[in-house]
Amino acid sequence: MLKISNTEEVIFSPELVTKFNEIVSRYPEDKQKSALLPILHLVQAEYGWISTPAMDKVAEYLDLKPIEVYEVATFYTMFFLKPQGKYVLEVCRTGPCCLVGAEKIMKYIEQKLNVKEGEVTPDGLFSWRGVECLAACGTGPVLQIGPEYTYYENLTEAKVDELIDGLRLKTAENAQMI
Amino acid sequence: MGRKLLLENINVPGINTFEVYRQKGGYRAVEKALKSMSPEDVVEEVKKSGLRGRGGAGFPTGMKWSFLAKPEGKPRYLVCNGDESEPGTFKDRYLMTYIPHLLIEGMIVSSYALGANTSYIYVRGEMMPQIRILEKAIAEAKNAGLLGKNILGSGYDLELYVQPGGGAYICGEETALIESLEGKRGNPRIKPPFPAISGLYNCPTVVNNVESIAATVPIINDGADEYAKMGIGRSTGTKLISASGNLNKPGVYEIELGVSVEEFIYSDEYCGGIANGKRMKAVVAGGSSVPILPANLILKTANGENRLITYESLADGGFATGTMLGSGGFVVFDEDQCIVRNTWNYSRFYHHESCGQCSPCREGTGWMEKVLHRLEYGHGKLSDIDLLVDVSKKIEGNTICPLGDAAAWPVASAIRHFRDEFEWHVTHPDEAMQRNYGLAHYADPLPKPEGVTAN
Amino acid sequence: MSDKVKVTIDGISIEVEPGTSILNAARQIGGDIVPPAMCYYSKLQGSGGKCRTCLVKVSKGSEKDPRPMPKLVASCRTTVMEGMEVQNITSSEVLEARKGVVEMLLINHPLDCPICDQAGECHLQDLSYEHGTESTRYEFERRTFDRIDIGDKIQLHMTRCILCYRCVYVADQITDNRVHGILGRGDAAEISTYIEKAIENDFSGNVIDVCPVGALTDKTFRFKNRVWFTKPVDAHRDCPKCSGKVTLWYKGEDVIRVTARKDEYGEAEEFICNDCRFETKKTSDWVIEGPRRISPHSVISANHYEQLNPPSVIRTNPALLESNKEEFERITRL
Repeated sequence: MLKISNTEEVIFSPELVTKFNEIVSRYPEDKQKSALLPILHLVQAEYGWISTPAMDKVAEYLDLKPIEVYEVATFYTMFFLKPQGKYVLEVCRTGPCCLVGAEKIMKYIEQKLNVKEGEVTPDGLFSWRGVECLAACGTGPVLQIGPEYTYYENLTEAKVDELIDGLRLKTAENAQMI
Repeated sequence: MGRKLLLENINVPGINTFEVYRQKGGYRAVEKALKSMSPEDVVEEVKKSGLRGRGGAGFPTGMKWSFLAKPEGKPRYLVCNGDESEPGTFKDRYLMTYIPHLLIEGMIVSSYALGANTSYIYVRGEMMPQIRILEKAIAEAKNAGLLGKNILGSGYDLELYVQPGGGAYICGEETALIESLEGKRGNPRIKPPFPAISGLYNCPTVVNNVESIAATVPIINDGADEYAKMGIGRSTGTKLISASGNLNKPGVYEIELGVSVEEFIYSDEYCGGIANGKRMKAVVAGGSSVPILPANLILKTANGENRLITYESLADGGFATGTMLGSGGFVVFDEDQCIVRNTWNYSRFYHHESCGQCSPCREGTGWMEKVLHRLEYGHGKLSDIDLLVDVSKKIEGNTICPLGDAAAWPVASAIRHFRDEFEWHVTHPDEAMQRNYGLAHYADPLPKPEGVTAN
Repeated sequence: MSDKVKVTIDGISIEVEPGTSILNAARQIGGDIVPPAMCYYSKLQGSGGKCRTCLVKVSKGSEKDPRPMPKLVASCRTTVMEGMEVQNITSSEVLEARKGVVEMLLINHPLDCPICDQAGECHLQDLSYEHGTESTRYEFERRTFDRIDIGDKIQLHMTRCILCYRCVYVADQITDNRVHGILGRGDAAEISTYIEKAIENDFSGNVIDVCPVGALTDKTFRFKNRVWFTKPVDAHRDCPKCSGKVTLWYKGEDVIRVTARKDEYGEAEEFICNDCRFETKKTSDWVIEGPRRISPHSVISANHYEQLNPPSVIRTNPALLESNKEEFERITRL
């Protein structure tokens, strides 16, 4: 059994609920359960991950039993059920990408971030993991970063450096502006 | 240069926008269908074109449409399968990224043919950028009166929505996709009933691949006969091929069905040969689930004929010496690639993606992965090789959905054609950790068939 | 009755109502030709199709379309057609596939029947005895989970679960609020409540009865006794919540367990409420009807397994003899 310690109550902002309502309107009456996946994506984009209280709130919003939401959230691999780094580097590890060096890139990212797959860097900025085929086999190795799932293609060690350093710099600049 | 139907205008700047797409003759098919054809005419036209499902199974699209039940008072649905997750396949992503209006146009034409007033494009969640692109394209089309109420004054209404997946290969299976679209776990349904009778929300539903839907546009524009003139035999029209692996020019190519594999891989018009001056060892021709073939068998059939990119030619020889066109994902391996490692990689993929609903796939995929891992890392046994073949047979055909077959075929075919390499991993474990088995005899010319006449 | 559908299973014909599944048609015939079922449960809508133990070969689709079906089909979820011909134990392909399914079900299932509470009434135990192979070819560590108490009456031990989904259907269809379900995916899927929650409902105890293995067990009975040392007795009482028709399991003078009455396929005849199951364990609570009839094949009545007695159809067919070789060798050794 998975246990989630986070018990903080989640309150969805009115803007988020407006988006939920728009999504629910796409389906026939009484079929609001169809909105579950799109809504979970929105929740994850908002909070960086999906906590149990957030799932309970989604269940309440869609008039589902909480277990129905847990069942779905645990089935799909894109949903993070525990906190992640601010940027999650998801590297494709499937066959075609491996033919062109994905495994080396993963090793390099592990070295550079100095954390194991699934762990978060001490500054909370990064985590990384291997994921299955991202449908960009022709431009492998490839990685994606959510919540907008931007793709970074034809990866080399230099490109990984550039990407990670760039994200670090961006975060530092944002922090200064605040 | 071969003629292109889907990607003809792909290099026109701004073709992803409504204005440029329209200027280049876009949405003509919608006008033609809605103004001058009945829904039945459209179905008939697609049937006549010989278009076969481009998602992998190759089932005739028009025939699939004609199975759709039409009970009174029940809505019907068209769902586009944009879950593209088959390793080696990335053509739908390409199409949705660069020419999204082609898909929207195809959706309108196809929905009209099927009498659907609400249609969904289910796109895998990882393709969030493509989802945004499609949503923008839908808004543009709606603005221009091509979606919504009373399209082009024809009285036909259509709402089109994009639905994101959540990260699950299995949702490319049509009934799992429907479950997922209903907000559930992507567990494939037990068939019958087929979606054509009871699909989305228990209503009659057709699920078609992105490329199949897009192909209806040139079929309606130029007519079924024009479309059927292209290609060979029952493989009509054009096909998007995703080329990846150790190639000089990997990418998405639109080919007329019937181009030879050799031309596709080596000519400058297409992939430009193997990268870094290496030699070709093997090819997976239709996405990771179809049988892998060694270089000699992918270029020539066992009869010594040139292997062509058609449904029939790639399947020539059955699974003994042939493969399948599948979704058109060409993964090319150079002489430096290890077949054992690749097979392990694929089996990990299928293990990871099994929904876990039925026992042979849930348990068998993990078992195969563990045995292959052991072989790859030098502590396998010779008996493991036959064990793998046997386990793959116990999965194949015995599961609810084709994922079981998809998991079994790559393993069985790799052992069928590259058994030496697997054995070498067992007999030379230390060496196998240091170096690669290499090209070996896998590109040697095939022995001349005896007493076999070409047919 | 002309609207009935004629189907032939292993050479035996029967006429059944249209819409009947192959499995249920076979059950109407009865005997050795009935395919085993681990996930199908006739009283639970939508169940079946998952475990694949009931696979059969349809050698003739129907009178109208006599083509054989290309793959083996799950007999529990395939509807009979007029003139359909089905092979179960007369098909070596089916027996081979079934052997494979049993092997798959067992690779991650602990082989510790001696310490499992379900032993003696475990469908997987019976299945592997009748259809499996003698030894395992699986050499890796098995999947394990910790035991979880779902409330104070039910214990869940996922290690033994074969993911038949029956308990989920019970919660959906028999109780009014489902709090447990299938979490995760593939072979990492598990039955769980996600956040520790008791299943509190008048009918929740039925998940124990429908579980084909020892994954969901009655905590009030755990390790009290082996079932074959207990005496089953049918009894009833006036129950405001359910039919009150149960089987009491006696050890000496004491009722140590109450279950629903199970038919020859191990299915509860009627679901019972938790009051009957957990709260009323005195003989004085019940009107005794008499000893429960248990199939002589069951370990519960025999105290040991019957020897496998293959149907004569196998003995006379060389192909079937070959595919059942191991079983025959086992018989000669016994």
